[in-house]
Amino acid sequence: MERIPILKMGPFLLVTIQIDLYDRLALTLENDLINMVSQTGARGVLIDISAVSIVDSFMGRILGNIASMSRIMDAETVVVGMQPAVAITLVELGLTLQGVHTALNVEKGMELLNNKLGDNLEPDDEEEEDQDDRND
Amino acid sequence: MNTTAQVLEKNKDRILEKWMQNQMADPSLREDLMTNDELQHQSKEMLDGLLRAISKGNYDNIYETEFEQVTDTLRDISITRARQGFSPRETGSFVLSLKQALIEVLVEQRQNDTSTLYQEIMLLNTMLDNLSIVTFETFIKGREEVILRQTDEISEISTPVIRVWDGILALPIIGTLDSARTQIVMENLLQEIVNTGSNIAILDISGVPAVDSLVAQHLIKTVSATRLMGAECIISGIRAEIAQTIVHLGIDLSNIKTKATLASALQLAFSMTNLEVRRIDRNKTNKLLR
Amino acid sequence: MIVMTKDTMDIVREQDVVPFRNRVREFGTRIGMSLVNQTKLITAASELVRNMLKYANGGKVILEVISHNAKTGIRLTFSDQGPGIPDIAQAMRDGFSTGRSLGLGLPGAKRLVNEFDLKSTPGEGTTVTVIHWKHGR
Repeated sequence: MERIPILKMGPFLLVTIQIDLYDRLALTLENDLINMVSQTGARGVLIDISAVSIVDSFMGRILGNIASMSRIMDAETVVVGMQPAVAITLVELGLTLQGVHTALNVEKGMELLNNKLGDNLEPDDEEEEDQDDRND
Repeated sequence: MNTTAQVLEKNKDRILEKWMQNQMADPSLREDLMTNDELQHQSKEMLDGLLRAISKGNYDNIYETEFEQVTDTLRDISITRARQGFSPRETGSFVLSLKQALIEVLVEQRQNDTSTLYQEIMLLNTMLDNLSIVTFETFIKGREEVILRQTDEISEISTPVIRVWDGILALPIIGTLDSARTQIVMENLLQEIVNTGSNIAILDISGVPAVDSLVAQHLIKTVSATRLMGAECIISGIRAEIAQTIVHLGIDLSNIKTKATLASALQLAFSMTNLEVRRIDRNKTNKLLR
Repeated sequence: MIVMTKDTMDIVREQDVVPFRNRVREFGTRIGMSLVNQTKLITAASELVRNMLKYANGGKVILEVISHNAKTGIRLTFSDQGPGIPDIAQAMRDGFSTGRSLGLGLPGAKRLVNEFDLKSTPGEGTTVTVIHWKHGR
């Protein structure tokens, strides 16, 4: 069966989605990723969707789930590289992926995760809102 | 007796000549937009097609396959003329002057058979009327395309994305923000965010005459889409009356960073990217130098 | 309204969804639809096709390139022989779902396309028709 590879980079997990996902593949990814977080004790998950041309409500839900589940296990999730057309469509669809952090590209995503990790080590109140987990 | 098609075929050259005369005699003929050779060529092509079509005996249904070439030629000519800026009268006279030429030739040929002539003229009338409807339909379609293209161009021009600082974009919106416009604003902004790798976008609405709940919704959508890309959005240029309507309408903008002026938005953007703008005290530096 | 191209696809398995999306994209590219409008249409189609698979075990989609009043667009007709929707108004509301989902499928799809029509008879099936114009308006 097809699977999306997950790479471990230091304390982070990196996933690059290169193909258009169908539902089962997305569910497998969610499962694999959460297992990986728990096995490796990863502190951050970075999902690169720059090659994904369609994100519908199902795929959006999977991204939200991954973020919520990871957060319970003390890992932050950053979705990077969303294409403009996809962002416009998601907003029109009514999905704003609250609780999911976003960044322009992998590099900026890494930077964001590193900052978050730094914040957690020595807490100071940086202005970071979106703490509201969505309830499905 | 010869059929109408045969009569016309036999007098083809004469029809073309008369038709050309009619067209040239028209004071509205646009010699500036088209040469006579070109006109002759178009007319000949059209007449050939028409005579071929009616040789099958079909005079009334121009939507049949044998008329395909005629209507295609006619559409081509009409749409080209629409784009070149011909008036509807100038475009329509192309087909209408053909009608006149055809009838003139038939009258000459059927001098002693008025009842046939009457029948034929009736048939030709209907056929050419239908063809002129095609002409106008296509002409209007051509003009509509021009209008659509211009609308797109105007929207394009009126939404420039400016790079005000490394990593900071500004987008002044001037005029009403409807959903078509929002779409273009969003597309331009998001694409520019990707191109420049900017983290912050400032949406300046000083030039938006009124903000109602629909406009607010469009603004919120733009902000949400920017966030999904991984950038932050600040809305600036909120005038007093806009703040009042927003509150009166019960629109919630609390999740969005808003500033009164573009300057203060830029300042916020600087502090978000850990930048600082300072005044240099020249006296001090001068003293130090001395 | 004139139909210029027509194609029919059966959707019975989840794997049929990806080729179906590609087919819609092909149609969109052929008429010169912009990327954003293509993405909107395909996302809406994706939602509707998922509903069809989930609630009716699949169905049929008709893809058409249509022309109307000097506008070119794509019409998709999704029809299934599933249980049907008893309360359409409720199904069109954001956040309503009988399955385990966000409940954005139908109302979201409606927001993404220019024209949306839903007909359903309980016990007989559901037909959803959407139209999206080349310029998105």
